[in-house]
Amino acid sequence: MIIDGITSLVEVEKGVRVIPGGNTIIAAVDKLVNWGRLSSIWPMTFGLACCAIEMMATGSSHYDLDRFGVVFRGSPRQSDAIIVAGTLTKKMSPIIRSVYDQMPEPRYVIAMGSCACTGGIYNTYSTVQGVDLIMPVDIYIPGCPPRPEALLEGIIKLQEKIRKESFKWSRWR
Amino acid sequence: MEPIEIAELIKGKFGSEVKGVVEFRGQISITVKKERILEIMSYLHKTPELYFDYLADLCGVDYMGKKEIRFEVVYHLLSIKYNKMIRIKAEVPEDDCSIDSVIGIWAGADWHERECYDMFGISFTGHPDLRRILMPEDWDGYPLRKDYPLKSDLGEKEWKPFKQVIEIGKKNLVYEVR
Amino acid sequence: MAVIRDLKTKTLTINMGPQHPATHGVLRLVIELDGETVVKCKPYVGYLHRGTEKLGENRTYPMALPLSDRLDYVSSMSNNIGFCVAVEKLLGIEVPERAKYIRTIMGELTRIANHIVWIATHALDIGAMTVFLYSMRDREWILELYEMACGARLTVTYPRIGGVRADVDQEFLDHCYKFTEEFPKRILQYETLIDQNRIWLQRTKGIGVLTAEEAINWGLSGPTLRGSGVPYDIRKFAPYDAYDKVEFEVPVGKAGDVYDRYRCRMEEFRQSNSIIRQCLEKLPGGYVLAADAPGYDLATGPRKKPAPPPPKTEPAADGSPPTPPPPPEEPGPAFEDVYVATEVPKGELGFYFISDGTGKPYRMRIRAPSYVHASVLPKMCEGSLVADIIANIGTIDIVLGECDR
Repeated sequence: MIIDGITSLVEVEKGVRVIPGGNTIIAAVDKLVNWGRLSSIWPMTFGLACCAIEMMATGSSHYDLDRFGVVFRGSPRQSDAIIVAGTLTKKMSPIIRSVYDQMPEPRYVIAMGSCACTGGIYNTYSTVQGVDLIMPVDIYIPGCPPRPEALLEGIIKLQEKIRKESFKWSRWR
Repeated sequence: MEPIEIAELIKGKFGSEVKGVVEFRGQISITVKKERILEIMSYLHKTPELYFDYLADLCGVDYMGKKEIRFEVVYHLLSIKYNKMIRIKAEVPEDDCSIDSVIGIWAGADWHERECYDMFGISFTGHPDLRRILMPEDWDGYPLRKDYPLKSDLGEKEWKPFKQVIEIGKKNLVYEVR
Repeated sequence: MAVIRDLKTKTLTINMGPQHPATHGVLRLVIELDGETVVKCKPYVGYLHRGTEKLGENRTYPMALPLSDRLDYVSSMSNNIGFCVAVEKLLGIEVPERAKYIRTIMGELTRIANHIVWIATHALDIGAMTVFLYSMRDREWILELYEMACGARLTVTYPRIGGVRADVDQEFLDHCYKFTEEFPKRILQYETLIDQNRIWLQRTKGIGVLTAEEAINWGLSGPTLRGSGVPYDIRKFAPYDAYDKVEFEVPVGKAGDVYDRYRCRMEEFRQSNSIIRQCLEKLPGGYVLAADAPGYDLATGPRKKPAPPPPKTEPAADGSPPTPPPPPEEPGPAFEDVYVATEVPKGELGFYFISDGTGKPYRMRIRAPSYVHASVLPKMCEGSLVADIIANIGTIDIVLGECDR
């Protein structure tokens, strides 16, 4: 691959350059890795309450999640993200913490619904006022329950957040 | 048999136990003392003319300060054959907070009684496995009593595993955003 | 030489934890196994206990209505209708005719929507995954109808105390009518997928058998009870709304196993469809919300009107001391209570309200069908194989939001 004075690099996107004529793309490794991560977020279903039904509806054929690369996995060891959908109670909190600890990095947390964001209408003796008291949350999706379109927007926002990452998880890829 | 006649029948047979009969919106409530509740329930279940074979609901009520006897256990009985419903309320004082369990008559009373114990602290003698069901098993306090706080922040009396999880959460809430 | 039957074995205890891929929610089962046979099965609930009953005591009746939405979140209109019917009976409010018919239509649409989620998850657990995608497609139609009526898909709060929130327009009625014409073909689609399937029959016939006496004794209700042969349906025993004005049948099973309950619910699809059709044809005009609660006065409670002020006493003409005014009437009893049960898709949902005369209920007790059904799991599962536990959880149709409240 010779770069001489005549063939010049074509900038396809910001920071991504293509050598015309040759099958070569020059970009930062960050961009490649981030593109790979955001296009296949595999969440673990943590459907607790009503928001789980809207999550199911988003995953089925009308508002398809599979076209975003989102495939629901049952086990925390195989998943990238955890969507906490529903009210978190104090009895359930050690369990969700242990599930979060079992997820390998890079991992993201989406708090779906008012109850997961801040406790919702249930400010009672047995509910936790928001999942972020227990684990760091990346995306908050408000609503009671949020519409499937809102969940899709939340996932797209997560994709935007991943796109801008650089050396967040570890220096050694 | 109309519910009012059933009430008369019970008053006739267990006169000393019955403390009051009230009728409101077509529904009959009979308030009884708690001592012979098992006999009353067996009578209602086994008599062929009454045949209350379906226990619809069993719950507790806390009348702190409003009535002399603090707790009441309310039974809703339904007879599917004759399509009649009746309500029996058994008074349970605070210092002797226990009542006989009707699990021998209706097996469905099992979890209702466990919930009543969990929420009010009324213990049911004769129940094979009386432990907390909705709250964690080592929870302190009885939530549906009128002197129990409603809101989430319980301060010092918080459940220990939850306090530990909050501490773990506080440690890794600080992460750099690049 | 040791023979196989002399080998000492131990039972294995496994935990089917609160988080598992089946969508039934946070139910925990601790199962003791001897090989593949279940020796003991203990359900643990309470992982979604949100304190609804105590919250209801601190809110007025209209404020406590959205709490009832989130009990059985798959069929939220039915919970609202149950709440409203109970409060209307307590306060003595008369609901206008049009609102009764609209509530019946919504109740039956909810029954169809609930049974769709039931068949989707039950079949998915047993292994027939296509039914999930086929049936959720029809559920989207029903959620579109809800959105036309009230704006929300899942937690609707559309039935209100005294009627419904707002009237339905002609577009809703046309769309609903088209739904009732199209839906029987869809039911046939689901049935052709699984009804005669050998695997389905082997996994559901003879599993989870409950006799009629056991089912009544354990307090089951709804299709779970009717599968065992007991024709107990609150819509026929104690009708509310417009159920006494429409004609429908109640499907009843015979053997009390998973297959019979499945057939009951599939028949209920067709019956609900016919009820909606009849209500659409008979829908009267008029208001949709009761104008006033004539028998109720907030200050003195649901039974009595406030005492009239005592008449002024004037001294008698001949100078004798004035006659004392008559003593005021005795106030009514301090607490009034009412228990009303309605037939939600899962069974019998009962609301027991104790009112102390103020605007807030003194005690709001919710008798949830899923709570009672979850307690019968040990009886159904012990003695059968591990795979039957999944079929049993699907057939009793529990939703943990209702079970734990």
